[in-house]
Amino acid sequence: MSRVFAVLKADRGGLCLLGLLAVLALGVPMSVLLTPPGSALHLSPYVLTLVGKYLCYGMLALAVDLIWGYCGILSLGHAAFFSLGGYAMGMYLMRQIGTRGVYGDPILPDFMVFLNWKSLPWFWLGFDDFWYAAVMIALVPGLLALVFGWLAFRSRVTGVYLSIITQALSYALMLAFFRNDMGFGGNNGFTDFKDLLGFSLQNPATRVALLVATTALLALSYLTCRLLVMSRAGRVIRAVRDAESRTRFLGYPVESYKLWVFVLSAVIAGIAGALYVPQVGIINPSEFAPINSIEVVIWVAVGGRGTLFGAVAGAILVNYAKTYFTGALPEVWLYALGALFVLVTMFLPRGLVGLVPAGHKSR
Amino acid sequence: MSLGRRGGRWHLVLLLAAAVGAAAPAIAQTANDTFLTLLSSLAASGYAEKEQAIGQMAASGHSSTRTVLAAWLDDRLYVRPADSRVFVVKSADSALTAFELIDPVTLAPAGASPSDALEKIGTNNRLRRVLRIAVARFDLAGPEAASRLAAVKEILRDIDEPTVELLRQRMPLETDAAVKKEIETGLALAALDGTDTPARLQAIQTLAGRISADVRNRLAALTAKSDAGEFVEPDAAVREAAGKAVEKIDRSRQLYSGIETMFFGLSMGSVLVLVAIGLGITFGVMGVINMAHGELMMLGAYTTYVVQTAMPGHIGSSILVAIPAAFLVAGGTGVLIERVIIRHLYGRPLETLLATFGVSLVLQQTVRSIFTALNRSVETPPWMSGTLQINEALGITYNRLYIILFTLIVFGLLLVVLKRTRLGLCIRAVAQNRGMARAMGVGSEWVDAMTFGLGSGIAGVAGVALSQLTNVGPNLGQAYIIDSFMVVVFGGVGSLWGALIGGMSMGIVNQLLEPLAGAVLAKIAVLVALILFIQRRPRGLFPQTGRAAESES
Repeated sequence: MSRVFAVLKADRGGLCLLGLLAVLALGVPMSVLLTPPGSALHLSPYVLTLVGKYLCYGMLALAVDLIWGYCGILSLGHAAFFSLGGYAMGMYLMRQIGTRGVYGDPILPDFMVFLNWKSLPWFWLGFDDFWYAAVMIALVPGLLALVFGWLAFRSRVTGVYLSIITQALSYALMLAFFRNDMGFGGNNGFTDFKDLLGFSLQNPATRVALLVATTALLALSYLTCRLLVMSRAGRVIRAVRDAESRTRFLGYPVESYKLWVFVLSAVIAGIAGALYVPQVGIINPSEFAPINSIEVVIWVAVGGRGTLFGAVAGAILVNYAKTYFTGALPEVWLYALGALFVLVTMFLPRGLVGLVPAGHKSR
Repeated sequence: MSLGRRGGRWHLVLLLAAAVGAAAPAIAQTANDTFLTLLSSLAASGYAEKEQAIGQMAASGHSSTRTVLAAWLDDRLYVRPADSRVFVVKSADSALTAFELIDPVTLAPAGASPSDALEKIGTNNRLRRVLRIAVARFDLAGPEAASRLAAVKEILRDIDEPTVELLRQRMPLETDAAVKKEIETGLALAALDGTDTPARLQAIQTLAGRISADVRNRLAALTAKSDAGEFVEPDAAVREAAGKAVEKIDRSRQLYSGIETMFFGLSMGSVLVLVAIGLGITFGVMGVINMAHGELMMLGAYTTYVVQTAMPGHIGSSILVAIPAAFLVAGGTGVLIERVIIRHLYGRPLETLLATFGVSLVLQQTVRSIFTALNRSVETPPWMSGTLQINEALGITYNRLYIILFTLIVFGLLLVVLKRTRLGLCIRAVAQNRGMARAMGVGSEWVDAMTFGLGSGIAGVAGVALSQLTNVGPNLGQAYIIDSFMVVVFGGVGSLWGALIGGMSMGIVNQLLEPLAGAVLAKIAVLVALILFIQRRPRGLFPQTGRAAESES
């Protein structure tokens, strides 16, 4: 515990982030549950959903920053891990609907009844139990990252090659999930969720609890990542980023370091996806789209690569801008996003965090 | 019965008539009269009498018989109840209120008549069959091999004793090989129905060399079992021979469909090759991943569309204008991107990837703002449409054929540019060792801009090719970019030959897997195979050797 404090003492940005999360975790419940609707302090369900969404994106950006900012691996497939976590949560939520679906089948989700399926496919078994689903949320993205990373890293696929391969992975998964006979609802994905752990998702108290859980898990992920990068292993990981061959010649098993960071990053992305789905209320295959993965990278780049808290801040800022632009000036959004990519990489290599005159480097 | 002979006699009569001179009109007059009488009887008679009349008309040898019978078959033979005259109408489109009339005897235009003043001379199925065969008989004696072939095929659709006789008589006279072969098929099919076992076996032998689906089904029917579980065909020898023949036909049909699949794969692969060589050049020479490459291709496709719209009426030549135009537009955009953005990001490949991705978004949105998000379709020039029918089981569409040829030409040109020109020499020098090339006086900035322009220009040209295969839309580039990245990774970065072989094999593998597993699973299978492949050869099929390969940290 003392180590955690020692690390945080040197991490001013992180303290700001954790402070902000604490304010959210305390302020949002008070605002929604204690003030009457219509009061200036009362957050509408729309805003509540938006904040929850941003925090999930922040967590995803954290995962990408861990792997890209500290290990130098530009993964363009993190949307896939995010979506897999989301689908695992979605499967649990679908099983909870029970007889309340349109077709009222106690076991089969609506889309299966619609497709004339007679029984639940094997991979759906067990998802009626929350804890089983919770394990799967971490296990499925983690396993995929393990297998994929093991194959890629051991054959020394690096740099842009790896980026392309991860992008192709995400693309292939998107195509697969679009198929009806995969058993994941095809084009429409999952939606129309009813309740989570027995609490109705329509109930404001449930939404608030979800948001608080999201802030807590984001804070926890942040601390995990921070402790990891400040540890001895973290130093090796940074060495891999800066001089891979040299680290290997010094005797460090570069591949396993990369692999485990990759897996951890995928698990965090999966958890973010799982938190995202009940708050947004839908998951479908377009979440896998390669452009989503690339957008995450730009959030990280905008906030500040290799800072962790910068990634979270970047995700929130860019998505706030996106919400604003797509509402007010939908034509302009792609121009703005495109320009953001170009300008940030050219003029802000250290992101917005780099603009803050720091007394000492926060690494 | 034989039409050839009767026709001959008629010509003889004509010749004689011409010789006699004065007598000719009189004889022709009587022939016309007979013909007219037959025609005018049609309106009032029943189907059986009509059928008889067709036979008599065919036998009359009158020169307009074929036209009249063909028009009848087409439902274009009308009678005018007012004066009971029979006319051929030019077009019987139900939208017309007045029909243009043609005199059935002289085939000269005979004015027009409101469509409700005319009555169609009806047919039934049986009559139509009789008509079809009668028309085919005329064509069988025609001077054009193509129309004779069509006539034989028409006859074969419904073969009976008299038509077999007709074909048998035509056989020794026929000089064209294709027509002869078709007649042979017809006679063999007819012989199958006989009772003479050796003749039937002989016929099966002949048919085994054919590949048409009709023949195959006919033979397969001989080996079938009835519902009661007994063989339809009592003769075991015939059954066995038919079974073997079906197998043989199936084998050759499979071969041809295999060739067709390969061809489709090659044509899809060609587009991938064009995209991948452009990507490969910029990636190999400059170490730059250009995520906007797909959008440069899209620009090329839109250029084709614009050029075509700007030159209405010259669809055929517009594509030839579009090729250099697309090269310039995409190449120019490429140079611009290089000068403004990429130049500042050298040595930072991941950042370049992000920046060019941003450019791709801007280009997409620009195109969407100008042309709207709707897909535009580019017309295929007449000389590129149609199918080259090699045989009944194998047809090759011209546009795909041209795309393959075009790819090979571009590939060849690029090889020449890289190996035989000063620019190519500089490009290769910079690719191998930037510092050394600079020291030797190669202006690497200029080379970089030109390389990027060249790669982008080829992307534009690929867009022209692609516009012939699919619709042009703002998302065109995205659909191909991931596939072509995989081609680059598979073939080896910076290797032209790798891109060629990688692209072509990717196209073929996709085509082969698609019918087996569906388009999506095929894509996934290819991806998994690629991941496994780079386990064995991390640098692709044709890895770069020499100093350039070692330059990575």
